[in-house]
Amino acid sequence: MLELDAISAGYGKAQVLRDFSLSVGAGEIVCLLGRNGAGKTTCMKAIMGLLPLMSGRVLLDGQEVSALPAHHVPRAGIGYIPQGRRLFAGLSVAQNLEIGLQARGSGRDTLEEVLELFPRLRERINQRAETLSGGEQQMLSTARALCLRPKALLLDEPTEGLQPSMIEAIRQVIARMRTAGVAVLLVEQRVDAVLSLADRVAFLENGRGGAVMDAEDLRADHSIVDRYIGV
Amino acid sequence: MELGPYILLASLEGAVTAAVLALTAVGLALVFGVMRVVNIAHGEFFMLGAVIAWWVAQTVGGHPAIGFAAALVIAPLAVGGIAAAADMTILKRLNYDPERTIVATIGLLYILQQLTLMTYGPEARPVEAPFNQRIALPWIEHGESGWQVIWPWGLGTTSYKLAVIGAACVVLAGVWLMMARSRLGLVMRATQADRDMALAFGIPVERVYALVFGMGAALAALAAVLIVPIQQAHYLMGADPLLLSFIVVIIGGLGSLPGTVLAAVLIGLSDGIISVFFSPTLAKIIATLLVGLVLVFRPEGLFGTRRR
Repeated sequence: MLELDAISAGYGKAQVLRDFSLSVGAGEIVCLLGRNGAGKTTCMKAIMGLLPLMSGRVLLDGQEVSALPAHHVPRAGIGYIPQGRRLFAGLSVAQNLEIGLQARGSGRDTLEEVLELFPRLRERINQRAETLSGGEQQMLSTARALCLRPKALLLDEPTEGLQPSMIEAIRQVIARMRTAGVAVLLVEQRVDAVLSLADRVAFLENGRGGAVMDAEDLRADHSIVDRYIGV
Repeated sequence: MELGPYILLASLEGAVTAAVLALTAVGLALVFGVMRVVNIAHGEFFMLGAVIAWWVAQTVGGHPAIGFAAALVIAPLAVGGIAAAADMTILKRLNYDPERTIVATIGLLYILQQLTLMTYGPEARPVEAPFNQRIALPWIEHGESGWQVIWPWGLGTTSYKLAVIGAACVVLAGVWLMMARSRLGLVMRATQADRDMALAFGIPVERVYALVFGMGAALAALAAVLIVPIQQAHYLMGADPLLLSFIVVIIGGLGSLPGTVLAAVLIGLSDGIISVFFSPTLAKIIATLLVGLVLVFRPEGLFGTRRR
């Protein structure tokens, strides 16, 4: 279980996230919704330790990961799929996955499982990451995070700029992670892409946590979403 | 002697310069490539390597080869250690901010230089080469009885100079193998590609940085140990390698290791040939002019890739 306990974070002196609390259970998909600049990506970076917390704690299965140096956070079991993929350019598909495997000492069997999920990557295993198509890059970014065998998975706009078939492929993988008992925290701008997938939806407004509700209710009454996102 | 043998002689001298320059410049390129740090103190790490080599050779005594062999191991390790410590105590605290690290390494340059002046003194001191046989080289000439092999007077080199070239090639091949094939190289290249993502995938970026900075300095020190039997150790000897390394790194394409090596060969050879036929100053003028031209017409360097 991933727990955010009143975390505040920001860039330099500019505070973006204010006392934000949220918990994501194992085998649950929580979607974080909010307008541009609400602090969604900041929240992800803060969990990963890439931004220092101004206050609050991040807990993973009771372990205080926010007390660890940044490079120990993934080792504790948090996989990160950042916005814009952020692959290791110049490295091949295999090498990108190798970095993911190294983080928690995962073995060949993990690699096989991940390639099973993304057969396209196996075909391009020796190709340089930056030469892949947008969809394949997103697959690689996802596969790299899965190589950690994460207990919690953070996805920052995974469907951005993808064609529908790719979005569907990514959605299926996310759903499989839920079945495997991973705590999934998902950031999306496009509500419809995730509403059918999420178990709960948390709203973020100007860096503060808003309502947290069951996705079921939102699917029934779409007006709540419109109020928060203001489409 | 005719022109041909002269050019061969000049090329051999140039090849020694190129070998040492390639090692020094690859150290600089490694640090710039992975860390994005412009290390102005790189020439002082070179100088420290030479000075420590003298000191080690002095302390060990005995046959020159023993002292030299000890220096070959101790000097790069000591200089690498000093550099890694400088990284952890100074550069890390500046968050590797590009402008501030330039100023910090300028400060480091003067600290190292003046400390050497205060302890080692202003003298230039030689280290004896471990071996130094003269090798005469043949030349083919069209004489009265057709093509014949002759041994022109003055055309020759020493076994030590050839060994320097050989050693540099071996070390450069080693660096390339490490970057391309080893797990450490993979981690370093991932850190170079995206520092934050490296952290997000469990790579201890701070440790990688300290290691890379130490490795870069150790390469400069190693180059200096190789050249010190030819050039002598002096506390101001770091200026030329620094300038030439920057020239080479810019021409080769910032942070590109193959480009750096190729540019080092180009600059080293032309430096040798122009120095023999004209003057060393002209060689530097041309090299600097070349940098200007490269920056105007191909800012990413001859072998660099455009950054995002």
